[in-house]
Amino acid sequence: MAVLLEVKNLETHFKTEAGLVKAVDGISYHIHEHEIVGVVGESGCGKSVSQLSILQLIPSPPGKIAGGEVWFEGNDLLRYPANGSKMRDIRGSKISMIFQEPMTSLNPVMSINQQLSEAMQLHLGLNKADARKRAIELLKLVGIPAAESRVDDYPHQFSGGMRQRVMIAMGLSCNPRLIIADEPTTALDVTTQAVLLKLMKDMVDRFNTSLVLVTHNLGVVARYAQRIYVMYAGRIVESGTTEDIFAHPRHPYTVGLLKCVPRLDGDRNKKLVPITGLPPNLVGMPPNCAFLPRCPYRIEQCRKEPWPPLTAVRKDHEAACFVHLEDKDLGINAE
Amino acid sequence: MESTRNNALVDVRHLKVYFPVMRGIFRTQVAEVKAVDDVSFKVDAGETMGLVGESGCGKTTVGRGILRLVEPTAGEVFFEGQDILTLPKERMRQLRRKMSLIFQDPYGSLDPRQSAGNIVGELLTIHHMVKSKSEYHDRVEQLFRQVGLDPAMTTRVPHEFSGGQRQRIGIARALACEPSLIICDEPISALDVSIQAQIINLLKELQQGHKGLTYLFIAHDLSVVRHISDRIAVMYLGHIVEITDSDTLYRNPLHPYTKALLSAIPIADPLIEKNREHIFLKGEVPSPLNPPRGCAFHPRCAEAVPECSNVTPELEDVGNRHQVACIRVKA
Repeated sequence: MAVLLEVKNLETHFKTEAGLVKAVDGISYHIHEHEIVGVVGESGCGKSVSQLSILQLIPSPPGKIAGGEVWFEGNDLLRYPANGSKMRDIRGSKISMIFQEPMTSLNPVMSINQQLSEAMQLHLGLNKADARKRAIELLKLVGIPAAESRVDDYPHQFSGGMRQRVMIAMGLSCNPRLIIADEPTTALDVTTQAVLLKLMKDMVDRFNTSLVLVTHNLGVVARYAQRIYVMYAGRIVESGTTEDIFAHPRHPYTVGLLKCVPRLDGDRNKKLVPITGLPPNLVGMPPNCAFLPRCPYRIEQCRKEPWPPLTAVRKDHEAACFVHLEDKDLGINAE
Repeated sequence: MESTRNNALVDVRHLKVYFPVMRGIFRTQVAEVKAVDDVSFKVDAGETMGLVGESGCGKTTVGRGILRLVEPTAGEVFFEGQDILTLPKERMRQLRRKMSLIFQDPYGSLDPRQSAGNIVGELLTIHHMVKSKSEYHDRVEQLFRQVGLDPAMTTRVPHEFSGGQRQRIGIARALACEPSLIICDEPISALDVSIQAQIINLLKELQQGHKGLTYLFIAHDLSVVRHISDRIAVMYLGHIVEITDSDTLYRNPLHPYTKALLSAIPIADPLIEKNREHIFLKGEVPSPLNPPRGCAFHPRCAEAVPECSNVTPELEDVGNRHQVACIRVKA
């Protein structure tokens, strides 16, 4: 599979009163064509910021993309000025985003038609009538009943699930090559979530796009993603195929995540193993592994040496850890 | 089995909570929202009953109705054998000592100006649970220790605590008056996943330590509810559609909605996910202002027959305390 997007050593910093926050601290990853990739981590791990950085959507100040490269179709997107026409040609057209909160990401005083048409008139050069026609088609495609009349409705006339369908339609409208979905279904009920994730997967298959699924829900990535990146404190701590990561996790944080969440099919008498302590404060981080204070497997080397780089542990599977977890009984795979 | 049934700590019978919809300058009632419509279930002493359903299904209103934080429209709620819906206000206030509540939002549910010690201890004074100042302090410190907080932190105010610690304060407050029933309303959904497990484990440990402590655990996340509950009631649009024990619910769900709900929840294991049947519900939850006739679920149900739009199914026992409200399921 050809590589569609390649991110190298991306760093995004925020200046705060307490000090410099390295929200994204040198991450590298790639997305293949026609692939669903999961980016997993808890709130504050930098998973959203890393995705916003790709499209230079970081508010500056206080934020700043401090370094790195984002290669897409032979160009480094970070070399484009954030407000320039070249970046605008990418956003919403080649790479689109679907956000978590469908109420705040839709404009309440514009009709759905206006909001859907805007990008298509801009990027595809359609006239008003054609854009409207295509808007209706898109709404039908994402399963909005009576699309012909609803296209003139306003966001408040839609339910949460329907609004997120509109967001998906908007994300698809300009035939993007990559869709980044940032917690696309977290605010929704679980049955709606299942329907919409299925819809997104079908769209990816049908239009041959790639999808980045940013989520904290391990179940969602297990169901839909082919590969996974696990993030902690601004870094990628583990990456690999979905099967590999769930069957043979090699970073203690990934193991911790798998053991602390009750599973629908789990043994109810088995105690959950919480990850002790709290996620780190990203101000003034020591150079060691950020997971060290919470890690049950830590060794002397972790204290002495700086954060280990991602190293291959198996084929297509990397982890940033000194400890050899393959030798240990991790207590997962309960069934 | 019969003896445990008589042992019910809470016995809810045909509970209805309707909210009037007012309109116009004279505030005339134009409609009503049937938030909880004829709900019956029993919770035994010492067990954890899970109440699960999607937003707007009425699960929170059931909890609030039992505590009379909203006045139910009709029905009976027996607590320790006494119908509490007919009790005068003052008697109800005294009885509330035995029933407490843990809230969802650990930020909004603690008074930001009171110290953590005060928040936990306030009820001790209100219900005259302690005789002296020193007894008060001892009890507050004991409660802090019980929920895994350092007693030295009693003088701090809520913003000095993390989300998980705040939820521990909320739990200490709920435990203060030695209740027999704690209604936990989405107690962990505002917390990060790594912290959720700590709170779930704490709630389980507290129950093992207090013989007879009963939880009504209200949440939308069925994986969590199944982990903590002995039995589970599934709600849809103001009705309970199925009640059974937690293992049966996963292995042998009978109501079509329960099946759809279970299948919608992804399991963190790609191999299992590959082989699971996925049911996708059509349409959306209807408005409780104008619920469908007959079975509330029938417009979205894949197994519905014409009769489903005429008959409102009753919750019926199909054996082993497994109750289902579906005319297609025969005992």
